[in-house]
Amino acid sequence: MAAIALTGLTKDYPGGVRALDGLELDVADGEFFALLGPSGCGKTTILRTIAGLEEATAGTVVIGGDDVTRLPPGRRDVAMVFQDYALFPHMTVTDNVAYPLRIRKVPTAERRGRAAETAGQLGLTKQLDRRPGQLSGGQQQRVALARAMACHPRVFLFDEPLSNLDARMRLEARTFLKRLQRELAVTTVFVTHDQAEALALADRIAVLSDGRVRQVGTPTEVFRRPANTFVASFIGSTPMNLLPGTVTAGARVLVGDAALPAPVGEIAPGTPVVYGIRPEYLRLTPTAGEDTVTGEITVVENLGSTQLLTLEGPAGTVQVVVPEDSEAAPGAPLHVVPRADRALLYRPDGDGELLTNCPTPGGAAPGA
Amino acid sequence: MPADAAGLGRARAAAFVAPALLLIAGFLVFPALWTIYLGMTDYRLTGLAAAEPAFTGLDNVRRALDEDQFTHSLGLTLQFVVGSAVLGQALLGFAIAWLLRERHGALRRLVEALVLLAWILPGSVVAFLWIALLDREDGTLNALLGTPGTAWLVEHPMAAIIVFNIWRGTAFSMMLYAAALSSVPPSQLETARLAGASSWQQLRDVVLPRIRGHVLTNLLLISLWTFNDFTPFLLTNGGPGDETEIMPVFVYKTALFNGELGYGAALSVLMLLVNLVIALVYVRLLRAREAAS
Ligand SMILES: Nc1ncnc2c1ncn2[C@@H]1O[C@H](COP(=O)(O)OP(=O)(O)O)[C@@H](O)[C@H]1O
Ligand SMILES: [Mg+2]
Repeated sequence: MAAIALTGLTKDYPGGVRALDGLELDVADGEFFALLGPSGCGKTTILRTIAGLEEATAGTVVIGGDDVTRLPPGRRDVAMVFQDYALFPHMTVTDNVAYPLRIRKVPTAERRGRAAETAGQLGLTKQLDRRPGQLSGGQQQRVALARAMACHPRVFLFDEPLSNLDARMRLEARTFLKRLQRELAVTTVFVTHDQAEALALADRIAVLSDGRVRQVGTPTEVFRRPANTFVASFIGSTPMNLLPGTVTAGARVLVGDAALPAPVGEIAPGTPVVYGIRPEYLRLTPTAGEDTVTGEITVVENLGSTQLLTLEGPAGTVQVVVPEDSEAAPGAPLHVVPRADRALLYRPDGDGELLTNCPTPGGAAPGA
Repeated sequence: MPADAAGLGRARAAAFVAPALLLIAGFLVFPALWTIYLGMTDYRLTGLAAAEPAFTGLDNVRRALDEDQFTHSLGLTLQFVVGSAVLGQALLGFAIAWLLRERHGALRRLVEALVLLAWILPGSVVAFLWIALLDREDGTLNALLGTPGTAWLVEHPMAAIIVFNIWRGTAFSMMLYAAALSSVPPSQLETARLAGASSWQQLRDVVLPRIRGHVLTNLLLISLWTFNDFTPFLLTNGGPGDETEIMPVFVYKTALFNGELGYGAALSVLMLLVNLVIALVYVRLLRAREAAS
């Protein structure tokens, strides 16, 4: 009962900064929705506008069917977890968690009980009488979560809640957060600049840049079929290779001196395109051929179970992910073959939109 | 034990410190002790007792405590301190700092400049401005309020010097509180707002617990400054009668107008003791706070 609908949302900050520009976004009830984008693209602004901490310059915010655009934050029934957790340093864990209940005039005994129960759910039973200064980063983060949960809001808003944790804690907290959200089934909007976090956690992701939505979709859709070159280069632990090329006869794209198979569809031969292929979908091959990309290895990066190689060749700079046991050394020549079913074609100009309409492997093409 | 880090040795180190110690002894310790001594004599500016002051022990202190004039003056001083510093400057300073906390640009700079101006102008200039403001015949205030002929400094002398001192000293509290408020993370205030807290609840639950140390330090400083402030004398001369004869004015009149240097010195020592008590109270409150957190 608490879907969120943002319509025509525009936000101008004093000083002429347009942080959001006619944003349209729908978050379904109970959904775990991630806002993903580089720093400064307006993610925090969206969250704060939903919360009512910023007033929209134009557009409307609807939560659970109610237009809350002009309501003060305290009457929107949303809870927010800030990047710095915003715990009150002079209050114990119990008092922190019970604070929203205290403002709602819940009797002392009841709110202490509810606070202890919620904190217990998050494994904070032993810390109830401590102050935030005496807790570890992970515990502080869970106190902030407990405080958000204690008053059973309709919507959770998380602003990069994992970014202050060290790498290991972050993985634990991620799994924990996902399970918690499943159990509570409260609509959640989660802001992050980390694409891996968004892919791992979210039911759906909105990729943003410069205050505009560049793509909305499930993690699989966004990963497999980025809607434009911006999303293609932003999503994925190694960015997608985007190589300028020209469509030729025989459903191939000429990139450098290689004629690579591609889902050309109706595109006329001679059309300039951008050929997109993820480094994971390039395979080593011993011999050069018409459909191989050839180059010289310039950089070898060890990623643990895989290696990331950077090639320089007629096709330009190409990155390839190869198994850990392949013996690659800088200076050596290398031939790689793309997986044709994973190649994508983008417009070389404009916003770099996806041109091809090849079927998503293992699923229907979205928005087709 | 921290050893002799500079490698000077005791004797040479003492030689370096000696000039400073001598200056302090000569200009600080000696006058202080001399005042205490004077306070136990009947030393006068003129007459027989000027030539040969007699030692009178605690007679001066006893006289002060017996005389209505001293308790009257002390009472006025407390009114002045509580009214103009603790209530006036501290509350007004906080209110301005709170209202300006999210504002930047012209309005903020204007208010800050005006408030600071009152603080940095010399006392004599400020006193003249206020006499012109409050004058019975052509005073600006009478013109503004349409109350010609009201002699503010005669009819409401205490209120006049209290308002005067609020106006004069609010800048310090405002700046101190502005700095303190900027140390409150906005996310904590926003968490409270999201929970539905009113402005007053945000102040009570988030802001005040965080800036208590600043509040106490500020109150300590402005209380002491106001207790020892002599500027009101320039406005009212301690009058009419003795209606605004706060302690510094009382001491001044006793010692230099009436020439009773011995009695005046004893009064100064009593003032010092009151200051000490005020300071101790605040320091204890500060300690209690540190122990609690
Ligand atoms: N209070 C503010 N005043 C002026 N500009 C702001 C303010 N907050 C954010 N901005 C600007 O709005 C844009 C979006 O900011 P933000 O929403 O914080 O981005 P993100 O959270 O994605 O990093 C940025 O260009 C930023 O500089
Ligand atoms: Mg942000």
